[in-house]
Amino acid sequence: MFQKIAFKLILVVSITSILIIGIYSYFNIKSQSEVLLSEVERHANQLSETVKNSTRYDMLLNQRERIQEIVNTIGKDKAISSVRIMNKEGIIIYSSNENDIGELLDKNAESCYVCHAKDQPIERLEIKERTRIFKPFPDSARVMGIINPIYNEKSCWESECHAHPEDATVLGVLDVTFQLDKVDAQIEENKLREFLFALISITSIALVIGFFVKRWLDKPIKNLLRATDEIAIGNFNYTIEKTRNDELGKLSQAFNKMTKKLEDMKQQIFQSDKMASLGQLAAGVAHEINNPLTGVLTYSSFLLKRTKDNPEMQEDLNVIVRETMRSREIIKGLLDFARQSVPKKNKTDIHEVIDRANKVVTNQLKIKQIKLTTNYGEKIPQIVADANQIQQVILNLLLNAIDAIERKDGQINITTSEINLSPKGITHIKEAVCNKNHNLLDADHKLEGNPSIRLKVKANGTEGFINLDPIYGRHKHYFGLSLNKKSTIDLKCPQCNISLIDKVKTCPECGGPIYRIPIPKMGFLEGCATFTDDWQSWEAVDRGGDKRFVEIKISDNGCGIPPENMNKIFDPFFSTKGQKGNGLGLSVIWGIIDNHDGTITLKSELNAGTTFIIRLPEQ
Amino acid sequence: MSNVFDILVVDDEQVIIDSVVKIAKLEEVTIDSALNVPAALEKLETNKYNLIFSDIMMPEMDGFQFLQEISARKITTPVIITTGYSTLDNTVKALYYGAVGFIPKPFSFDELSSIIKRGLRYSGLLKKMEEDSSTLFFIPCPPKYRRLGFSSWMSENFDSTALIGTTDILLKLIESVDKLELMNVDDNLKQGNECAKIYAEDGLVHTMYSSISGRIIEVNEKILTNPKLIEKDPYFEGWIYRVLPSDLENEKSQLISCSSD
Repeated sequence: MFQKIAFKLILVVSITSILIIGIYSYFNIKSQSEVLLSEVERHANQLSETVKNSTRYDMLLNQRERIQEIVNTIGKDKAISSVRIMNKEGIIIYSSNENDIGELLDKNAESCYVCHAKDQPIERLEIKERTRIFKPFPDSARVMGIINPIYNEKSCWESECHAHPEDATVLGVLDVTFQLDKVDAQIEENKLREFLFALISITSIALVIGFFVKRWLDKPIKNLLRATDEIAIGNFNYTIEKTRNDELGKLSQAFNKMTKKLEDMKQQIFQSDKMASLGQLAAGVAHEINNPLTGVLTYSSFLLKRTKDNPEMQEDLNVIVRETMRSREIIKGLLDFARQSVPKKNKTDIHEVIDRANKVVTNQLKIKQIKLTTNYGEKIPQIVADANQIQQVILNLLLNAIDAIERKDGQINITTSEINLSPKGITHIKEAVCNKNHNLLDADHKLEGNPSIRLKVKANGTEGFINLDPIYGRHKHYFGLSLNKKSTIDLKCPQCNISLIDKVKTCPECGGPIYRIPIPKMGFLEGCATFTDDWQSWEAVDRGGDKRFVEIKISDNGCGIPPENMNKIFDPFFSTKGQKGNGLGLSVIWGIIDNHDGTITLKSELNAGTTFIIRLPEQ
Repeated sequence: MSNVFDILVVDDEQVIIDSVVKIAKLEEVTIDSALNVPAALEKLETNKYNLIFSDIMMPEMDGFQFLQEISARKITTPVIITTGYSTLDNTVKALYYGAVGFIPKPFSFDELSSIIKRGLRYSGLLKKMEEDSSTLFFIPCPPKYRRLGFSSWMSENFDSTALIGTTDILLKLIESVDKLELMNVDDNLKQGNECAKIYAEDGLVHTMYSSISGRIIEVNEKILTNPKLIEKDPYFEGWIYRVLPSDLENEKSQLISCSSD
């Protein structure tokens, strides 16, 4: 509990507020007391002056009883402790307390020392100096005394009684003392009130802070802790619910992002493990199969040599030799897959390849009563391709189509045609570097299956990343930060920060800046750097004009692919066939078509069918 | 008393031995066989063979160890290596360790008889050289060149390209070149991959393996129009590919320096 941030925060805030409120209260009480006392002082002074004035006439007439009477009457007031008049010698002549009369006061007495502290008595006193606060007895309440010197004046020495000589300055002192118990009670009450106020404020501050800390810190931190625990035990699917927009909310978001990345990485490691063991398996299988296959191939080719006079047998043996050769190529492909080799491209008649694939599935088609129709375009030129790999692609797609068909009137249709395509929207940017030759391709962030071009972007003071679509002219970029139309923008290499903005040219559509990214051996890719419009230019590609492609469409009327799976079907090991499939089919197909600089796309409608469209460049 | 055979087949799979025997019968060559390397070594001590035909992956000792043992025992009989696990590594390694030829499994009748004939011719050539050491039976490849067995050579140029061609000894074994089947410009070569087919006038087809990896930037058009040129001048005018090497430094260590020939 003492280690908790909330507790520490409350402690620190409480101590600070105690200090502030304490200092404030101290000065507040002090000034309040001062105001009160000065009020009493003023009042006392007034009263003292009143006493002096009201007894003046009686003094001149030397009517001592009357003076004593006045003193007694005033002395009865509850607020007044005593009223005394001393003569010059310090003898109390009149007093509200009868016992005091005739007593001689010492020069150090409370009423005297103010003037008599020095050798020569002071004759004139300021009002401030006339008052003093003291306790008559150690355990009694405080009192305030005020002395009022009675000065000699003409009427005094000319009076009939001739009591005072002319040369005396001070004739006596009027000393009035006031009770301060009420004032003190008031001050005490003030102190108590201040203390209570301080206590209530500190408690409420602590409570408020505690409440909000719990709400703003405690809960999200607890959520984060729980999430880290979940990750620690391997549950990468755990996400923190996003509730707020503050720093902790952002932290949670970042945490979720990290979790997703971790999940992806785990998946990748898992996949590469799977790939590696699959490669080993492939190599092992290849070795095991190659030995018996050698027997088949040598014996059949041996027979072929020996039966030159038997054309019928020759024909059959040729099939065996040809198909064994094909098996050899397939196994070689398996080994190639284990070490990812390049395709062997030759001039290929695509229709021949499709026919060969069709023959392989004839039996399956018959069993499931599926009608296969082909609709070949006329004068389709030969393309440069690896016939075996393309056959594998067609075969895989056919097998998928057969698997997808469950209805009685199953149909598969293969159409070929020749098309012209503008390089925009289809040309895949496979390499991109900065001016210092740093690779810009980001294999971690793929856009529709292809590694994107990652650029650092600085706009209006904030930095972020943009992942450009690697398909020229398609513009499905991913923006890591929001750009507004008026942003001043700088695009940089994420590694060396070199700017990729062209200082000379401007965007022909919006007049803004353009980026210029070197493509190795293929010139430069240029485009609108503010992304306000879709202007993009790649001269090396544009110069070639439209490209000619052979398009192969394979459509079935099977169960279709649910929309949520459409993005995943080309991922390695994504399979809907459960134990039946190995999830390699479509990812390998994608790889083969990509190796041929072609594209593969699909259209699918649930329960209506799927069409795969393969486009292979003629050259 | 020692027997003389044309070929000793070493393979742990009986079907391979049987296959070679079948083909050999038609070619009228005599065959002996061993199911493992120790048995083969034993036979090599008592019998005489013109050619050894060995698998790589076998129990006890593999084909590479066999090759090393043969050279350690100073046995001059040429060896042809075959394997069902025909990776590029295995091809390169076999030729580096002194195999006169390499053939991946499964092989057809023609492929096997081509390579066996080549091996036997090499064996005959060695015998002739023993008898007559003063005559030059083949031109060794120039110093500074490097070769992948007898299959192909490479020489580095100053412009960081490299030339690839085939050795005179292979051409002598092929005897008479009729036609060449080459790869195209921009194709990628891998060290140990098949890079050319040489058709001989006797109808046999011989495979050439690439000495280095890289992209082909030029194919020698002269040898396409006049295949005899590679026989006349196999090391200079008769080059086959000009290549932009991709991993030259690493791959050089897998090649035999011609200055040692």
